[in-house]
Amino acid sequence: MVPLEAYLLLSLALLTVGVVGVLIRRNVIIMLMSIELILNAVNINLMAFSRAWGNVYGQIFAIFIITDAAAEAAVGLGIILAFFRNRETVLADEMDLLKW
Amino acid sequence: MIPAILQAIRPFIIPVVCGVVIVGVFPLMAGYIVLLERKVMADMQARLGPMRVGPHGLLQPLADAFKLMLKEDIIPAHADWFLFWVAPVMSVTMALLAFAALPIGPAFQIADINVGILFILAVSSLGIYGIVLGGWASNSHYSLLGALRSAAQLVSYETAAGLGLISGLLYAGSLSMKDIVQAQSDRGVWFIFAVPVGFFIYFVGSIAETNRAPFDLPEAESELVAGYMTEYSGFRWALYFLAEYANMVVVAAIATTLFLGGWLRPFPGYHQTLPGTSIELLDALPSILFLVVALYSLKLTPRQPVKIQKIVMLLVAGGCALLALVMAAALFAPDPVKIGIHGAFWFLAKVGGYVYAFLWVRFTFPRYRFDQLMRLGWRFLIPLALVNVIVVGSGMIVQENWGWRHPLLSAIVTTLIMLGVAVFLAYDDEKHQATVQAAGGE
Amino acid sequence: MTVDKILFAFFAVLAVASAVLMVTRRNIVHSAVFLITTLLATAGIFLELQAEFLFVVQVILYVGGIMVLFVFVIMLVNLDVSLHMLQFNRQRFVAAALGLALGAQVFFALWVGGHSLRLPSGASLQLPPKNSEAIGDALFRHYMLPFEIASILLLVAMIGAVVMAKRKV
Repeated sequence: MVPLEAYLLLSLALLTVGVVGVLIRRNVIIMLMSIELILNAVNINLMAFSRAWGNVYGQIFAIFIITDAAAEAAVGLGIILAFFRNRETVLADEMDLLKW
Repeated sequence: MIPAILQAIRPFIIPVVCGVVIVGVFPLMAGYIVLLERKVMADMQARLGPMRVGPHGLLQPLADAFKLMLKEDIIPAHADWFLFWVAPVMSVTMALLAFAALPIGPAFQIADINVGILFILAVSSLGIYGIVLGGWASNSHYSLLGALRSAAQLVSYETAAGLGLISGLLYAGSLSMKDIVQAQSDRGVWFIFAVPVGFFIYFVGSIAETNRAPFDLPEAESELVAGYMTEYSGFRWALYFLAEYANMVVVAAIATTLFLGGWLRPFPGYHQTLPGTSIELLDALPSILFLVVALYSLKLTPRQPVKIQKIVMLLVAGGCALLALVMAAALFAPDPVKIGIHGAFWFLAKVGGYVYAFLWVRFTFPRYRFDQLMRLGWRFLIPLALVNVIVVGSGMIVQENWGWRHPLLSAIVTTLIMLGVAVFLAYDDEKHQATVQAAGGE
Repeated sequence: MTVDKILFAFFAVLAVASAVLMVTRRNIVHSAVFLITTLLATAGIFLELQAEFLFVVQVILYVGGIMVLFVFVIMLVNLDVSLHMLQFNRQRFVAAALGLALGAQVFFALWVGGHSLRLPSGASLQLPPKNSEAIGDALFRHYMLPFEIASILLLVAMIGAVVMAKRKV
């Protein structure tokens, strides 16, 4: 039986990697993928506690998070495609149209 | 420490051995399914098919295997070698992984997973990556186009096939493969008679899922020079091919389990026995079928032009007679053995029949153009499948809550309603196409 | 060393290693493949927690749906020239330090407050044996409203994505 702390540490590790990934990469698509990684870290946390408490409510929350991730990925990638068609770039540094 | 490790591993030994056996034997089986396809194609085209390598071409798969293993392994320039290597491996792995959940008999299952059907669906949806990454990694226009088209087709028809499965699952009441067959045994009827429209949707969806004709645009030779497989040669191409045939068998096995009764014989609820014994009448069917095949082989033997073909025919007749004896002897064996042997026979027979239907459809219908394909999936199959789930669900509620228990009548009424919906959808689609063409195309 | 612990260790190491590889690859398609591996490892963790329905949902939706979408878009916007440009932005050192500080803070919080996580009868509590039935029961009985809202959210996302990706609105 794996202790609960192990799952929390794993979740923390993935969260850290995801946060660092969002902050240090230029490519917007990889930023989006890092955000998906953060959401997965949260899912692992929820599932571990669901197992610890012995009911399924954590898993239901996890299902809703996966649903939200799908919606967000679809819309986000649509935005990226629209921007790419206009400016030919997917690097965050070069998306500076609103800068003065 | 060692005994503790052995104790921990013990539940895994038999499944692992079965898995290894399946993975080892399946390439040979796939080779013979290819030979079967060529023979059936030849039969439908009024010719003989491969006859040269071995009597009646029976050693053709071995020749094909040798050729593929000895071919030069070409990697295109500027191809992404990591993905180029991973893609066919991924395809084959996912296709063979699904074999773990298939129930050949009540005791013949590598893993009775609680969510068996969903597991196989999940693994099939992972097979898309083998195609997409393979097309991308080849660094070639035809490959990429074929891969994207194939992936779009797979995703669309996966939705439709899944919804078709759901209408069958409503009657089954469980996601575990063994429980689904058990539910069919309890109701005494195969689910294809309860939800024929669901079976039809799943049949069409599964043909598109496996990239078979008439939905094989992504890999048709006259269209895209074999699509995502263009740049693969030799053994890598053999892996993709193996994955395709494994997918065919897996999809046939799902349909068999969910709609065709798995390991049950036809009419599992008809328990009329032979007078004076406890052997059920319909349980003698396997022996009768094998005897008929043996007699037919004997009849064909004198007509063979070459001596070795006569010997092969005699061997076939002898083998079938032996199997008929085995099936008959199993009737007197204790229950688990009898169910095991007869169950395996019926399961394999149904899977074979479904695969034969695939081959039949391939050589009967012309290929769909890609936009026609997508239109069929999104504008016809998915709405039909959604309405099917609603109608079948309503039918079940009416039966169980209002006490109106006429299963046959309910099945007929739901089928008629669904046929009406299908006709409406087809008519609406035709009208839409007419307006689109009148307006000069989209 | 039960099978539980071996499986957890395997999936955990795979998940973290794939995640680190994902954020450091130069080739975007390789990054996507490593994210797929991470998601599959996460699904393995779910299975090890005896949540088989979530395992299947994760594989079908996340890996088989969302990541296919990502791979498609990557193939549409992939520029060969981007392989030779900088891949990390100017603030990388500060950002990495801040990220690791966040991780260290939460780790410290878990370390200090870990004993308060003694939940009722921790190790022997079992989830209901029929996982899918329990989830279906809870979802359609207690959480019906969030379920309907999620379906409207997906409808809105679908419309939004279609409108965004059209060439001429």
